Amino acid sequence: MAAVRTSSEIALNRVAIVSVLIATLIFLAPIYWIASTAFKPKELAITVPPTVLFQPEITPFIRLFTKRVQMQKAVDPQVYEAAPWWEKRIYDGGERVLKVGKDVQLSQYPNRFMNSLIVAIISTVLAVGMGTFTAYGFSRFKIAGEADLLFFILSTRMLPPVVVAIPMFLMYRLVGLNDSHIGLIILYVAFNLSFSVWLMKGFMDEIPKEYEEAALVDGYTRMQAFFKIVLPEAATGIAATAVFCFITAWNEYAFALIMTNRRAQTAPPFIPSQIGSGLPDWTTIAAGTFLFLLPVAIFTFLLRNHLLRGVTFGAIRK
Amino acid sequence: MAHIELKNITKKFGGHTALTSLNLEIADGEFFVLLGETGAGKTTTLRLIAGLEKPTEGQVLIDGVDVADWGAAERDVALVLQQYSLYPRYTVRENLEFPLKPKIRRLPDAEIKDRVDRAARTLRIEHLLDRKTDRLSGGEMQRVSIGRAIVRKPRVFLMDEPLSALDAKLREALRTELKNLQMQLGATFLFVTHDQIEAMSMGDKVGVLNHGRIVQTGTPQEIYNNPRDTYVASFVGSPPMNLIDGKLVNGRAVMAPLNFELPFSGGAKASAATDGRPLVFGIRPEDVYLESGAPVEARVHDVENHGVEKILTLRVGDTTLRATVPARTDVAIEQPVRFAWNPDKVVLFDKGSGVSLRHAG
Repeated sequence: MAAVRTSSEIALNRVAIVSVLIATLIFLAPIYWIASTAFKPKELAITVPPTVLFQPEITPFIRLFTKRVQMQKAVDPQVYEAAPWWEKRIYDGGERVLKVGKDVQLSQYPNRFMNSLIVAIISTVLAVGMGTFTAYGFSRFKIAGEADLLFFILSTRMLPPVVVAIPMFLMYRLVGLNDSHIGLIILYVAFNLSFSVWLMKGFMDEIPKEYEEAALVDGYTRMQAFFKIVLPEAATGIAATAVFCFITAWNEYAFALIMTNRRAQTAPPFIPSQIGSGLPDWTTIAAGTFLFLLPVAIFTFLLRNHLLRGVTFGAIRK
Repeated sequence: MAHIELKNITKKFGGHTALTSLNLEIADGEFFVLLGETGAGKTTTLRLIAGLEKPTEGQVLIDGVDVADWGAAERDVALVLQQYSLYPRYTVRENLEFPLKPKIRRLPDAEIKDRVDRAARTLRIEHLLDRKTDRLSGGEMQRVSIGRAIVRKPRVFLMDEPLSALDAKLREALRTELKNLQMQLGATFLFVTHDQIEAMSMGDKVGVLNHGRIVQTGTPQEIYNNPRDTYVASFVGSPPMNLIDGKLVNGRAVMAPLNFELPFSGGAKASAATDGRPLVFGIRPEDVYLESGAPVEARVHDVENHGVEKILTLRVGDTTLRATVPARTDVAIEQPVRFAWNPDKVVLFDKGSGVSLRHAG
């Protein structure tokens, strides 16, 4: 076929490009809304119609990270003058930063954010690690009742998680796992493991077993062959699985809301709890949400080279 | 270098029996070719020796020692496969170094470098050492995987159809190289193939495997001239041996459905016992010749010109047989010709069992 394109083909192509652009804009709009609100002065956040052009400021982020109280009367000008620039912004909003002695008291946000990171990272590492080993076993060895076991593993995902939330909560309270990092990690690993096993099994099946057999004959143990030969070959699959597990754990809301309230509370249930009573401070909430979006975006971006092949489940070869 | 012996090996995969009471002996320094069709059990045999599979019954002996409890790593064998035998993320040099670096027999760096360079020189792949393996041609890849085997000086080389994925020219070249390499190293080779030309041209000894059983073991000449049964006769040789049903009557071969007769000399002693018994006569195409005064008339059914010779398909009634004749022989299709055979070269097989009368004893 000649590569000459008819005018109707060109027209169709243009329609496609325009449609994709419109779709992209629609999908990006909420993210733009969150990001722009995070940098808006408080009073511009809820204007109708929305303000598009404004002087961006980072005051919402300062508010996000500090503990503050409303001031009854205006601030002493001398105190105001002596304050650092970021504290002045808080005074400007009619509030003051709480301190113990000279130390600024931080809000709970950094702590909740750290909880999210700890739980998501550890549960992802565990789920992907265990999933990789399990998948390797299923892929390479003859296991009695292999199909039944695999189905059983998959079946753990068939019940909607919310159905087990109450019994889980009662059990967790009984054994003292509620409001603990380890409890949430166990929950997320259990939740992600079946997915990880199934996904990794597909990738493992694609790696020719001849590679390891050659290594075995060359004098390596099964374990050494696994780490030297199989694991590098499985990197793509591991990356894809890790992204999926991380996103699931990072975004999980329902269980985090039920199982945690203070010590191990993660960001998803914490952020909406800050809406509080009275007039919600949308810019501070938007700042918290904006920062919350970043880790997944960064993680996915770092692994993007592995993902094209990974998310198509190996359908694209070489 | 080592002597390999398989004793009474049976291997089952679930309900499927891959090997049945297999006995095999490979002498030290021998180039042994295991020949058989796809699914005959060749690769299974090789994997049993390598330690990648365990026999259901029987023993594998290396230098007289039962290696049942030895893993693949301890057996110190080298394996060359048809494909997927190179590690894709490594360069050629890293691939060649890999077998020298396991914990159980890690060599000093100088020794590794020396061995890799020597192997690269032997196989003429020095210019490829720093290349990634996915940028090699098929022939280069196989050379590297042979290199990966020879750097180690293993007790035995196991090769699983290493040439099958290559094109014809390259296959021929590597065949010679491999044979030379084996003689140079004085190593024990077990070479698995379905290609009888490879078996005949490379093997010191050939074992023919059919449905998980060793049918015949011998030198290529023995296998070719004196096949143990009709399976070997029809599998080895290109074109294969002609197999024609018939009987011996008064020392003459009588082909049953057609009633053409040919002289038979080999079996003065056999003839008494075999007179009148249903037989299969085996004759190689090169032992069938055309002659104007020959006893049987046939028509030329087909002519294949191979340059140095022609392979004729002759038709007598509805039986066909092949004859290899010099290329200058002038024949046309459907032309009537007369032919005879070399009576000394005829092999008799029992019609029922297919076993050669000479082997049946």
